[in-house]
Amino acid sequence: MTVQEVGRARRRKEDAKLLTGRTQWTDNLSRPGVLHVMFLRSPMAHARISRIDVSGARDLPGVVAAFSGQDFAGEQGSLPCAWPVTEDIVIPEHPPMAVSEVRYVGEAVACVVATDRYRAADALEAIEVDYEPLPAVVDMRQALADDGPKVHEAGNKAFSMKLTSGDVEAAFRDAPVVIDRTYVQQRLIPSAMEPRAVLVDTDGEAFTIWSATQIPHVLRVMLAVVTGIPEHKLRVIAPDVGGGFGSKLQVTAEEVLLLLLARRLGKPVKWLETRSEGNLTVHHGRDQIQHVRLAADADGRIRALRVDLLADMGAYLMLLTPGVPTLGAQMCNAIYKMDAYEFACTGVFTTKMPTDAYRGAGRPEATFVIERVMDELAAEIGVDPVEVRRRNWIRHDEFPFTTISGLTYDSGNYEAATERALSLFGYDKLRAEQNDRRDRGDPVQLGIGVSTYTEMCGLAPSRLLGAANFGAGGWEHASVRMLATGKVEVATGTTPHGQGHVTAWSQIVADALGVPFEDVAVLHGDTAIVPKGMDTYGSRSLAVGGVAVVRACEKVRDKARRLAAHLMECSPDDLEFEAGTFTVRGTESRRTIQELANAAFTAHDLPDGVEARLDSDATFDPENFSFPHGTHLCAVEVDTETGMVRIRSYVAVDDIGKVINPLIVDGQLHGGIAQGIAQALFEEAVYDADGNLLTTTMADYLLPSAADLPDFALDRTESPATSNPLGVKGVGEAGTIASTPAVVNAVVDALRPRGVRDIQMPCTPERVWRALAAQEREGGQG
Amino acid sequence: MIPAQFDYVRPGSVAEACRELASDEDAKALAGGQSLLPFLRLRLAYPSKLVDIGRLAELKGVHERGDHVHIGALATHDEVMRSPVVNAGCPLVALAVAQVADPAIRHRGTFGGSLAHADPAGDLPAVALALDAVFVAASEQGEREIPAAAFFVDYLESSLRQGEILAGVRIPKLGAGWGFHYEKFHRTAQAWAIVGVAAAVRRSNGSIAEARIGLTNMGPTPVRAHAAEAALRGAELGDQVRRACAEAAAGTAPPADLHAQPDYRRHLAEVLTGRAVRAAAGAG
Amino acid sequence: MPRITITVDGIKYEEDVEPRLLLVHLLRERLGRTGTPVGCDTSNCGACTVMLDGKSAKSCSVLAVQADGCDVVTIEGLGTNGTNGSMHPMQRAFHEEHALQCGYCTPGMVMAAIDLLRNDPEPSEETIRQGLEGNLCRCTGYCNIVRAVRRGAQEMGRAVNTP
Repeated sequence: MTVQEVGRARRRKEDAKLLTGRTQWTDNLSRPGVLHVMFLRSPMAHARISRIDVSGARDLPGVVAAFSGQDFAGEQGSLPCAWPVTEDIVIPEHPPMAVSEVRYVGEAVACVVATDRYRAADALEAIEVDYEPLPAVVDMRQALADDGPKVHEAGNKAFSMKLTSGDVEAAFRDAPVVIDRTYVQQRLIPSAMEPRAVLVDTDGEAFTIWSATQIPHVLRVMLAVVTGIPEHKLRVIAPDVGGGFGSKLQVTAEEVLLLLLARRLGKPVKWLETRSEGNLTVHHGRDQIQHVRLAADADGRIRALRVDLLADMGAYLMLLTPGVPTLGAQMCNAIYKMDAYEFACTGVFTTKMPTDAYRGAGRPEATFVIERVMDELAAEIGVDPVEVRRRNWIRHDEFPFTTISGLTYDSGNYEAATERALSLFGYDKLRAEQNDRRDRGDPVQLGIGVSTYTEMCGLAPSRLLGAANFGAGGWEHASVRMLATGKVEVATGTTPHGQGHVTAWSQIVADALGVPFEDVAVLHGDTAIVPKGMDTYGSRSLAVGGVAVVRACEKVRDKARRLAAHLMECSPDDLEFEAGTFTVRGTESRRTIQELANAAFTAHDLPDGVEARLDSDATFDPENFSFPHGTHLCAVEVDTETGMVRIRSYVAVDDIGKVINPLIVDGQLHGGIAQGIAQALFEEAVYDADGNLLTTTMADYLLPSAADLPDFALDRTESPATSNPLGVKGVGEAGTIASTPAVVNAVVDALRPRGVRDIQMPCTPERVWRALAAQEREGGQG
Repeated sequence: MIPAQFDYVRPGSVAEACRELASDEDAKALAGGQSLLPFLRLRLAYPSKLVDIGRLAELKGVHERGDHVHIGALATHDEVMRSPVVNAGCPLVALAVAQVADPAIRHRGTFGGSLAHADPAGDLPAVALALDAVFVAASEQGEREIPAAAFFVDYLESSLRQGEILAGVRIPKLGAGWGFHYEKFHRTAQAWAIVGVAAAVRRSNGSIAEARIGLTNMGPTPVRAHAAEAALRGAELGDQVRRACAEAAAGTAPPADLHAQPDYRRHLAEVLTGRAVRAAAGAG
Repeated sequence: MPRITITVDGIKYEEDVEPRLLLVHLLRERLGRTGTPVGCDTSNCGACTVMLDGKSAKSCSVLAVQADGCDVVTIEGLGTNGTNGSMHPMQRAFHEEHALQCGYCTPGMVMAAIDLLRNDPEPSEETIRQGLEGNLCRCTGYCNIVRAVRRGAQEMGRAVNTP
């Protein structure tokens, strides 16, 4: 009897090399004769380049070449946008290196190629550029005004879309309760710990690209499309990648330019981003103005919800830029039932770094809007925020449930997760303490915030992506091969960068084939080793890629069964498979899967129609998204004298379906919650009125350290997904999606008796203090 | 990022170091480098030459000197924080230095370097000011004493002259009956103080006999809260102290930056001064 | 060009260095110690933390010339090497507690963790969190890192107490 691997808290196979420094970060790699590239970047948000002279750089010691955008004009193409969300969307040309006009601070205008980085850094300062300033466009509302300055000739509106379901007007008419709020999703900098890096080598004809990317497969296709280099001449490798959170789900200017430089110079070239360069030029996240209106009955039952977004695209549309905010279309209604729903979104160009996917990508923003407004509804009708959710959510006996926005949620149990969370949190006791502090007029007030989120992940059914005008499919691929010696090699199309796929996939395969966990190797992240894949983002890897692994294992098992039947001269139906061994029912006759792998290798005695080697592959395309959900509760202490917010306790009960490895799941939630808290309290990318980014370093863009966060108490409930055979849903983004509104709800809850009903994120001490001061001036409300 | 080129010398004596610095106005002294290196890497500074004083034994160590503690310019934050001499003779310094940056930076960063950098957002300048520390500047001509009140001239500017290095700082010991507190207010543990308050308070019969208050990041230099100090003289703990501390920001010109506007900084200075004074007075 | 001698992970090197060469670049690009990564340019992230003469230091904020004559231990010099080599108890504790995901901050985090135990071998949760304030992690939310440091402290204490 073997122990079942799935569900075990296996320690990770990935750890040993990471813990001992035997890593393969892109910057650790080199090639003989490698040359180092650095980019000169625009200090202006918006300007015409009237003159650029790189000759001064070319003359310096160690400098091999220097180029400006003009030098690439004929070959650099335009960086791709793969998600034209509407028919009439404006997708401006996006040259990897600016040629005549710059549209954000940090846009590359020239580059230097030198024998080492120190020489390259010096040479950048010898490049002369004259800029003719054009007006910066930083405010979305002003950008949409008719007479304002334009980012692109076609205007500042990228697209507008609207989804309507039910009679919204009727639902709002005569509604006893109408809540009308505007929220701001500040701009964030994803800040993966590993800066981006690219290395390209060539043999004169074909190219190998090592990049700190989440998407080697997508990148290969896109590099071929952008540069015209045939796809079969390109091999992309994502070696060890130090975090992504969506920021490495991109086809970047630097990847294209390094490829072109390698072609032009016939030499290996390498570029490493510095952090201050990265803060300017790794795509940003969020940045929306959210207008939300909610109509409800007097008892708090929702009649209708209307969400109108302005989404800052930045200066260009990158890979998924316009699609990110529109994901809210299906998500703003969240777990609630209602009669009518309207979602509208306008994408706006500004002279800032483009936005794109950042952990959660559209769903954190949507969850924030609905979970914040649910608290406002609760306050309006004088009901506990948990109770108002209970009155509106889909009951567990109503699944599968088709929502007002058209998604079908397959499973869930909001009651169970919420009950568990309330009890772990000690909700009633904390409410009592809150009342006590209010009564005493304690300068430190307690706030309690709840977020009963759901999300859609496991991206994605290809047919639905097609319907949404997405430029690719959502399938995933795996191949599983048993080696001659009985060990197993798995090639997965997912591309982990911290998620632990090697460990989790090993657990899945160990159970499916009855082999030891240690006997499984998992290969990934190299288009030559794993020819098919759609990579890692959108909490898709397990729910899509993991299922492909299961399917491939099933095929391997089927093949093994045919071979076993042949060798033991029985019918395949007479064979029992358990713990890696086929046994002829009722006999002692058996073959282990390892023996069969060897028999398939020697191929001395194969049945008709069975090819040599015990291996197979599979591609899985899900029928539906998956829908993790859960209840997060946060208690904060707000110092009303200084405005400082301190998280006192945080409880998360998540339902992510079946769990392969609880250790990895908890880790994903911990990290996700921390990033969501960081949006609520700490992080903000700030541009000034001239379009200069002020938060260019980690000294200005505040990431929380261990000293700034509490421990999180986690638990799970389990409603298996019905859309895939593993019953899994995905966990990569859930924590981030859930936590931000829980924290802000808690902050506002602490201050509500003083008349405060919103604090813009991040809830800095100064903002809290100003909100309190403003209420004091107005005389407060009790 | 990568620093621009510079020359490097490692003189064997303070006199030699001063000579190097005197002969080149673009030369800079390098001690621990914890403030300077990030500046160089971001290419915010282009010194012609770094004069590495980091190994000069004359500038090292913490010394008990009767009525004061002499902290050598090269004493690291970590060394100062753990020094029994400092903890006994000038505990306010120990309290504040423990809040400078993080452990790894405290291992390399020096007490003198941090003060000579003259960053009003740093934690130590306000402490030195509150304690009326005496700065000892060395040059080829010998040593010169600079009172703290005259040391900090402007944002990132001290009264050290070309060819001078900070050799050490004398922290006068305050007698019995004094209590101390450093109240640092920042958004994350790594972030610079939005406002900091260094308070030394002498109590007598339940009221404040004397208070010295230095403010971090309330102007282009660290500042003394003179008005609050005056108002605190003789104030009883409670409402009187609260009213006195409301004077803390009087006369200050706090900066506006990413993390706070001047009016908020003034408000914080008042609240935090109250907290620092109460804590220093042993009243929580 | 100044010539320096420096011992890294037990090996003594003599190197001619540009004065501006950062210690971390000496380690990574000249001495092959790519286990120590660079995560920022303002000494905030701590990914490059090494032991310099027995105390944690951010090797991106030290010039190679400043480390002349010093002893450096990187993440690669902590345990005994080789595929069958044993890890340092703190490395093992990080593995056991799942205190790393992408692993980029890990070398610096492990160094900071070992360093904080020098002064407090039985740290409280608060001491651990404060002691790690100079090291940023974007993946773990620090929960498991704190647990790992506690476990590492216990293991190291046991190692010391075992005759």
